[in-house]
Parts: sequence; C-alpha cells; structure tokens
Amino acid sequence: MTMKFVDEYRNANAARQYARAIAASATQPWTIMEICGGQTHSIVKFGIDELLPPEITLIHGPGCPVCVTPVELIDKAIAIASHPEVIFCSFGDMLRVPGSRGAEEQERDLLAVKAKGGDIRIVYSPLDALKIAQANPHKQVVFFAVGFETTAPATAMAVYQAARQEINNFSLLVSHVLVPPAMEAILASPHNRVQGFLAAGHVCTVMGYTQYEPLVQKYRIPIVVTGFEPLDILQGVYMCIQQLESGRSQLENQYVRSVRRDGNAAAQQLIREVFEIASRKWRGIGEIPQSGLELRQKYAEFDARRRFDISSFAIAESPECISGQILQGIKKPYECAAFGDRCTPEHPLGAPMVSSEGACAAYYRYRQRSLVTK
Amino acid sequence: MSEPQDFILSCPIPIDKYPRVLLAHGGGGRLMHQLISQMFLATFSHSDRAPHDAAEIHLESGRIAFTTDSYVVQPLFFPGGDIGMLAVNGTVNDLAMSGARPLYLSAGFILEEGLPMETLWRVVRSMQQAAQTANVQIVTGDTKVVDKGKGDGIFINTAGVGIIEHDCAIAPQSVQPGDVLLLNGDLGRHGIAIMTQREGLAFETSIESDAAPLASLVLELLDAGIEIHCLRDLTRGGLSSALNEIAQAACVKIEIDESSIPISAEVQGACEILGFDPLYVANEGRFVAFIPPEFAQTAIEIMRSHPLGKSAQIIGNVTENKTSGFVAMKSKIGAQRIVDMLSGEQLPRIC
Repeated sequence: MTMKFVDEYRNANAARQYARAIAASATQPWTIMEICGGQTHSIVKFGIDELLPPEITLIHGPGCPVCVTPVELIDKAIAIASHPEVIFCSFGDMLRVPGSRGAEEQERDLLAVKAKGGDIRIVYSPLDALKIAQANPHKQVVFFAVGFETTAPATAMAVYQAARQEINNFSLLVSHVLVPPAMEAILASPHNRVQGFLAAGHVCTVMGYTQYEPLVQKYRIPIVVTGFEPLDILQGVYMCIQQLESGRSQLENQYVRSVRRDGNAAAQQLIREVFEIASRKWRGIGEIPQSGLELRQKYAEFDARRRFDISSFAIAESPECISGQILQGIKKPYECAAFGDRCTPEHPLGAPMVSSEGACAAYYRYRQRSLVTK
Repeated sequence: MSEPQDFILSCPIPIDKYPRVLLAHGGGGRLMHQLISQMFLATFSHSDRAPHDAAEIHLESGRIAFTTDSYVVQPLFFPGGDIGMLAVNGTVNDLAMSGARPLYLSAGFILEEGLPMETLWRVVRSMQQAAQTANVQIVTGDTKVVDKGKGDGIFINTAGVGIIEHDCAIAPQSVQPGDVLLLNGDLGRHGIAIMTQREGLAFETSIESDAAPLASLVLELLDAGIEIHCLRDLTRGGLSSALNEIAQAACVKIEIDESSIPISAEVQGACEILGFDPLYVANEGRFVAFIPPEFAQTAIEIMRSHPLGKSAQIIGNVTENKTSGFVAMKSKIGAQRIVDMLSGEQLPRIC
C-alpha cells in the first residue's frame, strides 16, 4: 500500500502561492465556514488559517459526527453496552464521549463501561460488527451507527446483509445525520455570520452535490465542494473568495479528483433501501427537520432501541459547555471559559473536546500554548 | 538472523505430555523444576554453576545503570518481532539511553494457565537470540503461573544492569539551547505493525516492527568522542511524548521541522486511513539524541553508517531555555504548531 497524492497536496511553496493569491483578491473581510470536522482538523494541524490574510475568517462547522450525536443516545449506548449478554461495537472515537451522568458516576463513557468488564470492541466498519455477530451467535451484537452520509452506505450494507442472511443477534443504535439540512439550519439562523461554505468533499463523493443547488439559490451563498489536504482547502477558500469578491453565488467543485455531480449511485440506492429521512436532534444545536436517517419499517427488527428496553434518563449537559455555539461557528473554542482548564481531552465537558475532528480538541492539541501565551 | 549452531531447535519440554502450561508449572514442585532446568536454564545459562537464589555477577568499579520494564503486548507475535525480543531489546535500550554498556538481564515470566508450551518455547528462544544479538546475558529469572483468564498468555518483566564507561552527563538537565536533535530512522513501524495484526483491522501491509537493540549505535557515538547531552528512545507515545517529556524536564523549547522527519510511505498511508498521527505512534528501535551543534555532522555520519541509523536525520533543535517546556513544529506547509503530549490512547476516527 502506498499513499500517493498526499505530499503533493502539502507542498509549502504551492501553499504560499495560494495564500498570496487569496490575500491579493480579498478587499474586505469575509467569513467562510468549513463544514467537515476533517477539514477543521487539517486547518488547525497544518496552520492553514495562519497563512490566510486577516480579512479571511474561517469558522468551524458542525461536521463532526462524534460531536453532534445527542447525549441521550450516548446514555442509551452506555446502558446497552452494560448488558452482560451484549457485545457493543463502535468506531474508536465514540468511546470517550461523556454521557449525561456526572463525572462522579462510574459509567461516564463507554471506556468506563469497558473498564468495568463490558465487552466493547472498536471496529473500523459496520461489516466487522456483523462478522462478530456471526461468530458469537449466543451474544447480542450491537453496532453504534453514527456518522454522516460517508458512513451511511456501509451501515446500510450491514443491515441489508444481516436481513438477507437472517442474522438475528445483530442490531444497530442508529444516529446517522445529513449535512445539507444542517447547513440550511445555520443559514436560516438569525445569528448566522457565514458568507460562504466549503462543503465536505467526502460526503459529496457519496451523495454528489445537486442537493446544494437549492441552498445556493435560496440564500445566495457560494458553496465550494472541497477536499481535505492543505492545498485543497486553500484552493477552496480561493474559489470562495473569488465568488464573494465578484458578487457571484454559485456551486463549484474544487475536489474534482474525487467528487462527481451525481455521486455514487449504488451507495445512494443502498441508503434509500434501508433508511428513510427523519428529524434528528443534534447535540448542542437542537432538533433539525429532515436531518437524519432512520431504519425503514422493513428493517425495524434491527433497531437496538426496540430490542433493548431502555428507559429515558434525565438529561443534564454540563452547564458550562458552549458546544452549540462552537458547532454553529458563533464562538471559537478559546472563547469558552472552561477551555483548556476545566475542559480538556482527559476530562471533556462536551463532545467537541473528544473527537480529533472536534474543533475544541483540535485547538487544544495544536494551539493551546499560543493561546495561553498570547 | 542465522540460528546459533549449537541451539536446540525443538522444545525441551515433552510437548506430547505437557502441551500446555499448567498451574503446577509455577507450583514449586517437580513440573516447575523441569520447566526451569530444561527450558530456561538450558537456554539462558552461561555457567556450569548449580542454580542458586541469586546470580553473582562481576562488575568493574564505577557507575552502573540499572533499569526494569514489563511487557504485555498483544498479539504475542507480530511482523518483525515478538514479546520475547521486545522484553530483551526494551530493557537493553533503556540502559543504552543512559549511555551504558548493557551486560546482564533478569527475566520474570507470568504465564497464563493453558498457554501452549510451544508458544512459550518460541518466546524463550527469541529472547535468547535477542540477548545474543545485543551481547547481554540473562542471568536470573522467575516463573509464576496464574489461573486461566487471569493473564493474557505471557507477561514478561526484565531488569537490566549495565556499566557506564563515559564521562558525559546524559540527562534532560544537560540539554541546552543550540543542541541539535538527531533521529536514527523513520517513525511508526512498530505501532502500525501491531495495529495491523489486531482483530478487526485486516488491511495488508508489509510493515514490520522496528524493534532493535540500540546500545551498539549509542556506544559507537560515545567511542567516537561525540558529546551527548541527552538520549531518549521513542516507545509508547512516539516522538511527541519523548520530546515533550524532555522539553518539560529541561524547561526548554524544542523546534522540529515536519519535512525533515522520516516516515515511510506505508506508515504514512496506514496513518491517513486510521486517522493517526505518526508522531504519536509507538516505536521500539528509534531514539533521539541531543548533541551540541559542533558534533552534529560527525554524529549523523556515524549514525548513517550503522545498520540501525541508515535513514538518520537532523530533525530540529533546542531554541530557548527557561520556558515552561514545550515542542513546536514547522508544518509541511510552513506554518507553526504545537506538538502536544498524547491524551489517552489514539482512537481510530469515524470517517
């Protein structure tokens, strides 16, 4: 396995050229939001924002699946994973997300359940969870299905296969979310500051980008489908600035090496077969209509919420955490009073401090000292 | 690596009779005696003297280095190594990082009931070979067996003694502004080799662990008269943890350049897929040396002519003292960022 086309997109000279071109074209302040947490991570890790002229402000969007998964669902995951007959499968970075119970309680996150003897396994694909179910017919295997349109096809495939092969000890705790409705929620908010979007390249690889055309028309805002490497992001910003400076609002595709207008038809068909669109609560933001995926009636037997009787908990988020404002780009992580002090990756108050794609964790990891010594 | 000529290739414990480790193998009776005399002593012993409670070793007077470490890796065997060679090399490397010449090791085994005897034998043989390669002797040991389910196959503790023959004060406190950082090879091979073997991660790579004994390379540097201010092997937590520990202990700012840090395309690719940062991935045969600038060129040439330093690089330097101690890196696109200590484990990301 060799990774081609990585260093090519991290070239210092080319990055400086883009930064100069952006500086030369920006005649007034502009605020651009990158949607995807992967892009946020790249921006902070490589210091892309430091190369940009002061006119350009990048604000970080809600595209971190760990961050927006509702706290009551984390609580449900913790409750299910604590069952002795359950093997609970999850992507790695969900394990440290705090649930609603206080730090003094023992089952604070899934890692704590694991430490108490819960059988929790990190998987890299929902299909791995399905294999675990086949190998352990006397256990209930539950997969924590979180993520955007990028992970939904693999989840759909696991459900589809489980149904075809009648694997009855497999179920899913589903919390899939969709990007375009979240962008619309941000644009419709009276607090909105966003003047241009970098759309998430990987989401568009699956879904294509026709879904963004109504947003461009309704809100007269430039949207540039953008990749994840430093040069991708700089080029995306450049294309966005060109539109803003010339008064255009169009849908453009920077990430042409991966994204086609119509996306991946087979993946979309699989998603439609297994899921239907439903309203979804986003952690820190609230209910967004038509923003999630739910199992269709035909596949309802694979819904872990039906299989396990989980009573609702009283929900108590940390009153100090301002993750909602962070996720909507209203505040930067270092504007939070708890940042780096009462809230750290070791003791997160909210999800954006947990995932590598969370804005708070990215700032803490790569910027902490420069903020402290400022 | 070639097999030693006079080496017993088959397991000395009659496997048809005892295919697995039993509680009695640690119980103090006949079976334990058989295991010690036929497997451990027959493999490790260098003297004709009857075994006794403690080994007697002779050292020249002067400073000695003394260290201990425990090894709990899963899987026990992985591309490029196994728990046995790690247990020898890890302790040899800890001695080497104080500039000592490693001489003697102890080996304590905690075995889980039911462990295949053949597995134990493979590990013991591997330790013997690693000890021979590193030019150390395993002179004392211990065996305990715990109930099935109370261990994870094999746990090994090794302690080691070495003699210090140089006059350098090799320690974080000796690090000064101006010191140059040398790294002896590319990062991340051990951690990725282990990851690819773990359950659920079935992508094919040819990445092998970098596990190796570093003492001979360090001693070559010292023998050539290189003044060394500090040495640190990069183990769990990778380069970032090692540099942060030294920066904090010495109260200095360390600046490194991302473009100069060698990382193989395979490790880089695996890290991109998993969402890992190679600066945080474990190594078992890599170290950084803090060296005054006037010695840097000679030191890098010595490193590059040694088999364990072929891709050695100068990766940065120490720029300020009397700070709170931190590490900054010039990123590949030319911006500055902090390289922080890892919080908890690196967890694979979602998408």
